[in-house]
Amino acid sequence: MKRVLEGSHAVAEAVRLAKVQVISAYPITPQTHIVEILSEYCTKGMMKAKFLRVESEHSCMAALIGAQSTGVRTFTATSGQGLALMHELLHWAAGARLPIVMAEVNRALAPGWNIWVDQTDSLAQRDTGWIQMYCEDGQEVLDSTLQAFRLAEVVNLPVMIVLDAFYLSHTYEPVEVPSQEEVDQFLPPFEPKFRLDTAHPCGFGPLVAPGDYMEMRYHIAMAMEEALDRFDEIEAAFAAQFNRRYGPVEAIDCEDADIVFITTGTVTSTCRLVLQDLRAKGEKVGILKLKLLRPFPTEQIREKLRSVKKVAVVDRNFSFGASGIFAQEVRAALCNMPVHPTVFGFVAGIGGRDVTPELLEMIYWQTKTSDVPQKESVWMGLREVKNVD
Amino acid sequence: MLTEIMDREFVYSGHVGCPGCGATIAMRFVLKALGEKTIMVLPACCWSVITGPYPLSALKIPVIHAAFETGGATASGVRAALDMMGDTETTVLTWAGDGGTFDIGFQALSGAVERNENFLYVCYDNEAYMNTGIQRSSSTPYGAWTTTTTGQDWKRLRKKNIVEVLVAHRIPYVATASIAFPDDLLRKTQKARETKGSKFIHIYASCPTGWRIPSEMSVKIARMAVQTNIFPLYEVEDGRKYTINYKPKEYLVREYFKLQGRFKHLTDQDLDQIQQMVNEDWELLLHKAGDRS
Repeated sequence: MKRVLEGSHAVAEAVRLAKVQVISAYPITPQTHIVEILSEYCTKGMMKAKFLRVESEHSCMAALIGAQSTGVRTFTATSGQGLALMHELLHWAAGARLPIVMAEVNRALAPGWNIWVDQTDSLAQRDTGWIQMYCEDGQEVLDSTLQAFRLAEVVNLPVMIVLDAFYLSHTYEPVEVPSQEEVDQFLPPFEPKFRLDTAHPCGFGPLVAPGDYMEMRYHIAMAMEEALDRFDEIEAAFAAQFNRRYGPVEAIDCEDADIVFITTGTVTSTCRLVLQDLRAKGEKVGILKLKLLRPFPTEQIREKLRSVKKVAVVDRNFSFGASGIFAQEVRAALCNMPVHPTVFGFVAGIGGRDVTPELLEMIYWQTKTSDVPQKESVWMGLREVKNVD
Repeated sequence: MLTEIMDREFVYSGHVGCPGCGATIAMRFVLKALGEKTIMVLPACCWSVITGPYPLSALKIPVIHAAFETGGATASGVRAALDMMGDTETTVLTWAGDGGTFDIGFQALSGAVERNENFLYVCYDNEAYMNTGIQRSSSTPYGAWTTTTTGQDWKRLRKKNIVEVLVAHRIPYVATASIAFPDDLLRKTQKARETKGSKFIHIYASCPTGWRIPSEMSVKIARMAVQTNIFPLYEVEDGRKYTINYKPKEYLVREYFKLQGRFKHLTDQDLDQIQQMVNEDWELLLHKAGDRS
């Protein structure tokens, strides 16, 4: 059934349909709409789940670690500072091989206080062992959340569904909401591969000496690698049932393109418009939308960019002392190709600043007219900034 | 009944506790009282190591090791999942040291008991960060040497009164217990198991390594802590009803202090002051229990 939903509620609908059994949450803007409606669903009996109203994001993730280890499906949502506070336990969830699913609404980190979109919060969690999926619209959010549970439970790794603050979390769009029967067919009940059980006592997560630890970490690395193949299978099953598919990357008009934008999240939607305008002017341009950050779809990116001359990576995030983070990832993916496109990195839309079609066009022309990048990252749309001594 | 409980064993002999470890004695008694339908949440503490390294475990119940500060929160999740699975019988036990309870795990503990989560939180108190090498915690008593309160910088601050903090949350059951009073410890653990909601037991668990005492003195020191009113045995129901379980013959605290290397720097004057502090606390407790008007 088609409904008009905001991005946050698209997440919540998927969580309801996935029959999550334990939800734990702590309030932080702008993810609050997700857990508010889930709390209401639990109260009204629309979901058979226990809702834990914990006293911090750190305790939130700890509670999910406890619940998931006991053998039930779990979910939470957070943003910015909340995600940063969870950091230690993000490593824990992945290390304990727990298929927890979390929605993360990208929010800029303080100081100064800023509740608007910026991807640095989730990208700073890159190395925690979580699968990360960046979404573009409400439909993708709902679909990815359903897929996330299946993927997480197959590879025993946690999944983060990432959506832009406000531009996606608070924007209303028509979203196709599947029926419970359809979802039940796609997503079977959670069958834990291991759980806390008094009939079979085991100790989870004890002291592990160097003689065993490294192999345990290698298992996680293997599971992450496997996740790419499994994601493909799960998307195929989803497409067969619902006729929608996104891919770890989506290539738009890349076949004959000389220059390709690389985008994530809602900037992709704006870029689709810019692409039409530029194509109408005869420009050979395309877009490569990245959905997966981890596992990173290196092969798919190489394949799609094989004959491209230049790429313009748009980063709504920054690693101080280096460059935009997706640009780093793309450079690393391309550098071992014998011939590869030149990577132009652009930083835009930090802390919720609008990324307009005009700004994206400027990025295009700057990329087209330069042989080599001026810098590893060019900050776009900056007001004049003075050096302070 | 008591014989039946004493005969069952959930701590294997292969554990790696130090000789005379009070925390290990405490664990044995508590698990005997709780039985096999128990799931343990074990935040970082001495017991994270005492259970033994992967793939071994000295405990015959399911254990989830947890991050240092998450004892209350992880247990909340385990309980929630059990409830969703229709298992209301299994006891969820958080087993934490004083660092994980008084200090880093304080917030998660307060959060869990404010929500009146149905679980038992046991703090075994050895009065410092023993696992990392005897650093001071907010449970370290006035007068103690630790590796971070050395020489003239011995701890000149009172031990946090964790029991009264828990009582202030008005939870169904809070008690103190000691490895030197096993009958009392067993009874309180069983009572906690049969009570719904949040339960907290504070167990005095001597540490020969950190307190600089001979290992065979472990139980004796624990007994003296009760006899001198340094660690009174009492329980509080619903945050209001105080019951003092043991009325000692007012032994002098200096006898307890003189036996321990961690207090050897204290002068007679210091000990007099400590005696006064202990007397004050005891009077306050008697007052709360209605034994003084």
